[in-house]
Amino acid sequence: MALQVNGVTVRYGGLTAVSGVDLSVADGEVLALLGPSGCGKSTLLRAVAGLERPDEGEIRWDGRDLADVPVHRREFGLVFQDGQLFPHRDVAGNVAFGLRMRGVERGGQADRVAELLELVGLAGYERRRVTELSGGEQQRVALARALAPHPRLLLLDEPLSALDRALRDQLAVDLADLLRRTGTTALLVTHDHDEAFTLADRVAVMSAGRLLQVGRPAEVWRRPATERVARFLGCTAVVPARVANGVVTSALGDAAVGADAPDGPARLGLRATALRVAGEGESGGITAEVVQRVHRREHVRLLVRVPGVAAAGIENGADGADGAAGTAGAVGTLDATAPVGSAPSPGDEVRLVLDPDGLALLPA
Amino acid sequence: MAQDGARLSRPGAGRVRPAGRARLAGLALAGAAALPLGFLAVFFAWPVAAIVGIGLRSTERGPSVLALLTSAETWSLVGFTLGQAVAATALALLAGMPVAFLMARCAVPLRGLVRLLVTLPFVLPTVVVGMAFRTLFAGSDDGSVLAIVLANGFFNVAVVARTVGGLWAHTDRRAEDAARALGASRWRAFTSVVLPSLTPAITSAAAVVFLFCSTSFGVVLVLGAARYRTLETEIYLRTVQLLDLRGAAALSLLQLAAVVAALALGARARRRRETALRLRRAAETVRRPQGGEWGVVALAAGVVALLMVPIVGLVVRSLSTVDGWSLVGYRALLGSGQNDTLGGVSGLAAAVNSLRTAFDATLLAMALGVLASVALSRLPRRSPRFAHAMDVALMLPLGVSAVTVGFGYLVTMDALPGDFRTSPLLVPFAQALVATPLVVRTVLPVLRAVDDRLRQAAATLGAGPFRVWREVDLPMVGRAVLAAAGFAYVVALGEFGATSFLARPDAPTLPVAVGRLISRPGELNNQMAYAACALLMALTAAVVLLVERARVAEVGEF
Repeated sequence: MALQVNGVTVRYGGLTAVSGVDLSVADGEVLALLGPSGCGKSTLLRAVAGLERPDEGEIRWDGRDLADVPVHRREFGLVFQDGQLFPHRDVAGNVAFGLRMRGVERGGQADRVAELLELVGLAGYERRRVTELSGGEQQRVALARALAPHPRLLLLDEPLSALDRALRDQLAVDLADLLRRTGTTALLVTHDHDEAFTLADRVAVMSAGRLLQVGRPAEVWRRPATERVARFLGCTAVVPARVANGVVTSALGDAAVGADAPDGPARLGLRATALRVAGEGESGGITAEVVQRVHRREHVRLLVRVPGVAAAGIENGADGADGAAGTAGAVGTLDATAPVGSAPSPGDEVRLVLDPDGLALLPA
Repeated sequence: MAQDGARLSRPGAGRVRPAGRARLAGLALAGAAALPLGFLAVFFAWPVAAIVGIGLRSTERGPSVLALLTSAETWSLVGFTLGQAVAATALALLAGMPVAFLMARCAVPLRGLVRLLVTLPFVLPTVVVGMAFRTLFAGSDDGSVLAIVLANGFFNVAVVARTVGGLWAHTDRRAEDAARALGASRWRAFTSVVLPSLTPAITSAAAVVFLFCSTSFGVVLVLGAARYRTLETEIYLRTVQLLDLRGAAALSLLQLAAVVAALALGARARRRRETALRLRRAAETVRRPQGGEWGVVALAAGVVALLMVPIVGLVVRSLSTVDGWSLVGYRALLGSGQNDTLGGVSGLAAAVNSLRTAFDATLLAMALGVLASVALSRLPRRSPRFAHAMDVALMLPLGVSAVTVGFGYLVTMDALPGDFRTSPLLVPFAQALVATPLVVRTVLPVLRAVDDRLRQAAATLGAGPFRVWREVDLPMVGRAVLAAAGFAYVVALGEFGATSFLARPDAPTLPVAVGRLISRPGELNNQMAYAACALLMALTAAVVLLVERARVAEVGEF
């Protein structure tokens, strides 16, 4: 294990920001700390960097305790949300900073700077002033600067959050590719699922200073350990269900959930895309009444009322995790999707079937 | 790439345990704070305390200190001091606001020139300003209250314009736009949105201006003649001419109390301002004036034009004699004045002496001021109360009678090894005392505005604490440090109160020489004094020009 975090607690006065967190990151692995803002994930990252002192617990690198190692001797790279480039140095001066601190001679610095700028897609930018760069370019330079001195561990604090959406998606793909190619060990902090799932080998979901679940992205996405994790990951409603032979059965219908799901009672988490209007040839499903219709980019989002929903024991999203999740919330209503071409109108009766891609399976 | 373990497990040589490291950083910080505070204690607190002590203990016959403090004469003195200071502060605020608006918000040509012209009066030696206004009020030889108020206001327009303009330039324009969109007139938007957000800067500026005006020495001495006296000139009069130490000490105490109150108010406003610093980039808030805003711009232009009147008047006066235009005053600077007024020292020698003394004072003020700024920028996290107290303490020399300080030096400095009273360093030390607060006020805001995460980024890239300071802090405050040095230099160059007390007769500075020249009769002396003032002004203008070029951020306060 490269990085090991054992029982780390960080307090600010009376406030416990991080509470007894255990975590490990393997050589070459990218781990994402995912959680809502204020959950303590950035504090944990800062503790690993050496910028905060843990009140309890220890942080080890290759087995060695880092408590006595100051920030500048840890050889961990850090990328902030907003770059924090040195405004008085040009692009090359920023990227070469860590190399200079480690006493790399000039020729070596120039070669490495060129190599890194090539890597982040900014070849030839050496003499540019950092204040003239766009937000995306600044972030690329910040990344090159952190990577230049071969950090043992790269720490990324919401590296893409300050960018606009299109740029963020593009840079996330580029960054994922870059981390894989260079085999960099990295710890990433983000509140954005897409960012975490694009970049990380494993995801650790954090809330209120504690780790709720650690696992591969698909696993965390499809099998949240608790309702809290499920809601943070976009589930707006949870219904009781039962699994048998890889098929889950609930009041809302049946769906395949994979052979690895253990038989027995369970709960089903519904994301905004969990229910869709059944096609012509499809059988089964439930009937519901359309309450509201909203056009989205790829599909039409419906708010539906399902008769007998309360009787089925559905707990729905009183604390929907974030704005990107569905609009369901009023008692007795659920989210559903319809194809753009044949979207029903409010008042229409529709037949809905479960879509396995919009489901998460929780323990009972 | 990052996994060649051999390189990574670097031996931990030279590594200090965390507790030890924290203590080391704490010690460095304590040192940075102790040096300026120590200087302040020895070269400010001690002399002032000694003078006050002498006054209070004095066994001479005469009215008691209490009787002095309660006498009608004292209170009419206090009344006049405060009254003229209030009037001058109001004047400076009224004249400074349009200029602040022009400098902060308007994309008009010659903005840089306006900034330069407005700054010039502030750094002019007080004696020069006094002389400039004397040329304008030539008829009233027995002193003029109007001249005193105008001169003090003239001095401080720059403080208002720069302090308020600095915050104004960083205030988000959109709040104002929102108010306008909600139906507020331009004026209404200004009074209900802009003015409240500028209040901290206005309060801070008003406190500083009030302080300068109520302790102004050279101006009142030159323009008040024998008739109008403030606490400051009265203290001077009692110590130097009447040898009434008890009276002087009592008045010093009174002044000290007023100064501390004004400083505390200013420091409070200042802290609020520094936290509100990172609002918008200045460039985003500048635009072409529209409609009624042109009226304000015209007003500002009028203020700047008025500021130029005394300056131009002085230059004209220095060149005109009863026989018409002449350089006789300038030529006379090569000699020592009519009837050897300067006692064998030529005006030129005094000028050279000024330059040298101011240089020494600047070096000292820079060392102390930068150290204090570093300490003040790092201390608040550890001990906010101490930082606050230190901030106020460092400003004190600005407000305490320079005369008291000067006289205090004479009675205490012989106790220092080698009889410091006769040391050529005495004058630079006194001047550094006055210049240091300006250095702090210029460098500290910039240091505080440096994002801590930049330092953290540098640390994660392998820079130790001192390397971080050298690589991040120093380059970013570099220009502010240069600007501070320039200001310190002109302030030292123009210092009159303490210097007139401490400069040895055979080594006067230029302002002291001017003071001597105008106190003796003789048309040539007068002409020579005006020429010397013009020379000082040119020197000051040159330094200010250099400072302006070095300046980037409008974060500093002066």
